[in-house]
Amino acid sequence: MDVLGRYRNLIVLVGVLFAQVLGLAVQVKRTSDSESTRLIRVWAVGAVTPFERALVWMQTSSGNLWHNYFYLRGVRAENRSLKAQIEQMRLEQVRMSQDADQARRLQALLAFKEQFISQTMAAQIIGGTGSELSRSVYIDKGYKDGIKADMAVITADGIVGKVLRVYRSTSLVLLIDDQTSGVGAILDKTRLQGILRGTPSGEVVLEKVMSDETVPAGELVLTSGGDGIFPKGLLVGRVTRVTPGSELFLNIRVHPAADLSKLEEVLVVTKIDERQAEPDQTGVARAVDILAERLPGVPSKSESAEKDGEKGAAGTAKTTTSTTAPGAPTSPGSEAKPKAAPPQASASGGAPVASPAGAGSGTVSSASSGSSPRTTPTSTGTEGVKVSPKPVKAAVAPKPQPAVEDSPH
Amino acid sequence: MAITYTSGEQVEVYRFSIPATILIPLIAVFLQAWLSRRFPFFTIFDLPLLVVIGFATARRNPLAGLFTGGLIGILQDALTGLQIGLYGISLTVVGFGASSLGIKLDVENAGARFLLTIFFYVVHEVVFFMIARGLVGLRIAWSWPHELLSGVANAVLGILVFMMLDRVKQRT
Repeated sequence: MDVLGRYRNLIVLVGVLFAQVLGLAVQVKRTSDSESTRLIRVWAVGAVTPFERALVWMQTSSGNLWHNYFYLRGVRAENRSLKAQIEQMRLEQVRMSQDADQARRLQALLAFKEQFISQTMAAQIIGGTGSELSRSVYIDKGYKDGIKADMAVITADGIVGKVLRVYRSTSLVLLIDDQTSGVGAILDKTRLQGILRGTPSGEVVLEKVMSDETVPAGELVLTSGGDGIFPKGLLVGRVTRVTPGSELFLNIRVHPAADLSKLEEVLVVTKIDERQAEPDQTGVARAVDILAERLPGVPSKSESAEKDGEKGAAGTAKTTTSTTAPGAPTSPGSEAKPKAAPPQASASGGAPVASPAGAGSGTVSSASSGSSPRTTPTSTGTEGVKVSPKPVKAAVAPKPQPAVEDSPH
Repeated sequence: MAITYTSGEQVEVYRFSIPATILIPLIAVFLQAWLSRRFPFFTIFDLPLLVVIGFATARRNPLAGLFTGGLIGILQDALTGLQIGLYGISLTVVGFGASSLGIKLDVENAGARFLLTIFFYVVHEVVFFMIARGLVGLRIAWSWPHELLSGVANAVLGILVFMMLDRVKQRT
């Protein structure tokens, strides 16, 4: 008994350490949390996250106050530049939608099944784990909001990670740069597949790509869909460095597209639909359609001839009757063609609107009821894209200035 | 600056109130998680470890030290995505060691605290590394310069943390 009393502290220490090592060994063996460890995690998260929520709330509130009321300088200029950017992106979108439609048609022919993100939930990052070895973050949504384990977490820039553990009103998200994470990935151009993993130092590498392959730096890395968590085709990042690795594989460093150290808000993918690809039947919109809408049009040959005829009739010295077919009507309004939109129309949202007053004669008013897309009154860009059945070739002519001269003097 | 060897009767033994015992570790774990997220360089610090050393050296009771260390470690583990017990085991060892050493040595001055913190930081990292690598199979690398630098950084912060703990500790 004396010995036990003398070494009591040491015996307790050994006992406590033994219990913890045993518990650790059991956890390593098991893949999922046991009830006891889950309870510990629930208590710990319940004790710490309220502080984090309160701090995030205070920070967000003060940030909103600053941004919404005090920091409005330069908003107008930014708005203008964003509008210009939207115009550019609309053109790009049309081009890409054509490509996508073509791909869908091909996939439909081959009876491919596609995965679509059909539902997401926005969540705010409220804290981290505080450990270099565990690269994870807590979000402010839990199972009461419909979050489940293994849901994909993304941002507009790229993928972020997956939901690892779910609590009542918070969830732990394992980031893609954690060493225990794994994402099925594919290189955009070379179509080589590999597994994306984090390293202890926080870098992201693409593993299992054979060393006899050539991977250029700068190539995009996308999700392959092979992990069953991320739908195929989401942006992961960009290859930064390729070096020979061990065991016949390349060591491919990837820079994540989403800035994982500065995440504030993320999207949790709560529903993914899988359906067979169908070609888009809604009609074809082309980049030239958009351009045609944006640019003031150039009158077609017969139209300009008609106009010249008008001018000639009015006593103008020069006429261009050579472009007018013999016997063609010269009186205004007898065979109306769409007139070019006045330049001020494009200023009102970019879509041209036929203006009878702008032409100064009855020709345009009759043309505006015609079928030409350029006379279709549209107010927003997207509507304009949808309803344009056919572009007018002359509208994409590089010199739209003559249309300006159409306006009456 | 000197670490003086004293008998058990010569050293002061302190206690902490129940709110301080509960809240200080909670705040330390919370700040560690919060600040590391906001300022990535903060991951070189280990606030819960400093609190364990601070509590253990003030109480000078090995059993209290090992249980305090074990509980704070498990709390830290529970917040991570890793298995529970990694920080638990290493902080149990640190808590026991710091309180045992606190009985033998006078660790009231800043110099002694500085050296003690570096020593126990390295002990903590060694134990953690062995368990993480050997038992859990995590791929972590050991770097002496990094560990020593982190140890010094923690020791500097530790002096401030211990000064704050001095304000809430009560003489028995």
